[in-house]
Amino acid sequence: MREPAAVRLRGRRWPARGGRSPAREILRRLGRSRSALVGGALLLAIALAVILAPALSPYNPIKANQRSPLDPPSAAHLMGTDRFGRDILSRILWGGRLSMSVGVVAVGIAACSGVVLGLVSGYYGRRTDVVIMRLVDLLLAFPGILLALAIVATLGATLPNLMIAVGISAIPEYVRVARGTVLSLKEREFVLAARVVGCSDQTIIFRHILPNITAPLTVLATLGIAAAIITGSALSFLGLGIRPPTPEWGNMLAEGREFLRHAWWVAFFPGLAIMLAVLSINLLGDGLRDALDPRLRP
Amino acid sequence: MLRYIIQRLLQLIPILIGISVLTFLMLHLIPGDPVLIFAGDKPMTEERAAEIRHQLGLDRPLWVQYGDYAAHAVRGDLGRGLRSQRPVLDSILEVAPGTTQLTLAALALATILGMTLGILAALARGTWLDTAAMTFAILGVSMPVFYSSLLMILLFSFTLGWLPATGQGGVARLVMPATALGMISAAVLARLVRSGMLAVLRQEYVVTARAKGLAPRVVVLRHALKNALIPTITMLGLQLGALLGGAVVTETIFSRPGVGRLAVDAILSRDFPLVQGTVLFTAVAYVLVNLLVDISYAAIDPRVRYQ
Repeated sequence: MREPAAVRLRGRRWPARGGRSPAREILRRLGRSRSALVGGALLLAIALAVILAPALSPYNPIKANQRSPLDPPSAAHLMGTDRFGRDILSRILWGGRLSMSVGVVAVGIAACSGVVLGLVSGYYGRRTDVVIMRLVDLLLAFPGILLALAIVATLGATLPNLMIAVGISAIPEYVRVARGTVLSLKEREFVLAARVVGCSDQTIIFRHILPNITAPLTVLATLGIAAAIITGSALSFLGLGIRPPTPEWGNMLAEGREFLRHAWWVAFFPGLAIMLAVLSINLLGDGLRDALDPRLRP
Repeated sequence: MLRYIIQRLLQLIPILIGISVLTFLMLHLIPGDPVLIFAGDKPMTEERAAEIRHQLGLDRPLWVQYGDYAAHAVRGDLGRGLRSQRPVLDSILEVAPGTTQLTLAALALATILGMTLGILAALARGTWLDTAAMTFAILGVSMPVFYSSLLMILLFSFTLGWLPATGQGGVARLVMPATALGMISAAVLARLVRSGMLAVLRQEYVVTARAKGLAPRVVVLRHALKNALIPTITMLGLQLGALLGGAVVTETIFSRPGVGRLAVDAILSRDFPLVQGTVLFTAVAYVLVNLLVDISYAAIDPRVRYQ
């Protein structure tokens, strides 16, 4: 039988205060967390600004305007202009669409493949487990950004390849969390019961075990998006991701680096955008972790 | 202990083979003909291409080529760079000390700063000091190294003129890159040490130590810190990987010679033997350093050996 995820989450009974549902309970705790509120509000603002870029951006982000190269911030250009006279604010709004979607898609790739691998590895054990965990060890042998760098170098620097590269390099964490949860759950009564009733392995893994991973997975994926935005924009910064003239936070920062001495605003604002986006997600992630499962605290 | 070391060394073999297979395959997964890459992307006749293919041994079965590659790699022969025509290993070893220096300096800074902040925050829980330390920590975790580097150059080199913005050599040229790189790890460690300390300070043996009237300093340093450090040491090993990866970005920004910058330059100039070599070198170095970390960890904490 499937244990209703509503009653038990991560194998723990939630206090049924006044008959509140767990979802409501989580929202209530989230609402109490200052870091979650600040982070959530900031993220919402950034996301809206980026989504509404076509309506909000005052200028065309790509068309050069030779009359005003490297103008400092002013009423006409709130964040100044770059060497081609393009409005930096407009480019940040448009660039955020790419930078942030790289983060989201990469985490999607990492979480989906990582969780499936982890579930299979933990559930079947034995040789399957050994093979999958060796593969994970292999991914972990490439420090930090190096794996993503090598993948982009091999496949070529395009947007989909960037997402794949950042995604693959983030897989190990998800495998570990999923595998760990399965190992702790697979001998529990509700799993045994499901097996006795005759559920297939597939049903047990995806309908009975998977819902129990939602809490740690949500936290991991949220914080993972922040990390993926940094990795993605770092690759673009190095010239191995999204190439100019397409605006993206990382490549804007790289362009600004050349003019740092005389036109600080060209690099300052794109960097600030990355930092605020990452900060808001990290704050929200911290709040989520405390609300969903305080035991996940570092 | 010896058994543990041997066991760990044996576990290393499949990893090393895996790393070499992946770096070997890199060249063959690149879209396009490897011959063209070796010939520098110049157009050529089919006969000429076949000739080069034969010369380079690219017409042999893949596994034979891998065997050849691995046999050479084990002896330190990673091929020659396409641009420089120098042995790849020589190019790497020439700049490796720079990366080692940067990474170690960043690690030292991260450890000292991270632990100090973490301990202070835990002891002063709920005060302004705690808030300040944790604000630094969340900002540090969210600050990409390429942004903090640029801000530091802007402030300390261009505005104040205190430190040189680029190059290598001397402490003055190491301060900014090491600080930018180490700050993230310091932030991660500060958070970890704080929560580790808070957990340990609640333990009964700490309460006992306090109750029997030991000086607070002794309780904190001898009883609490020692045990709070165990997860921190594991984290240090992981942070080393982050630092090695971060060095790629830092070296590029500060125009410091190093393995990371060598790799980026190699990728940008499509010098694939050099890309292969730097990736292989860094991964092997990282795995070996991690092995050392694990062994010293097992030496400190006997429980690890019996897991």
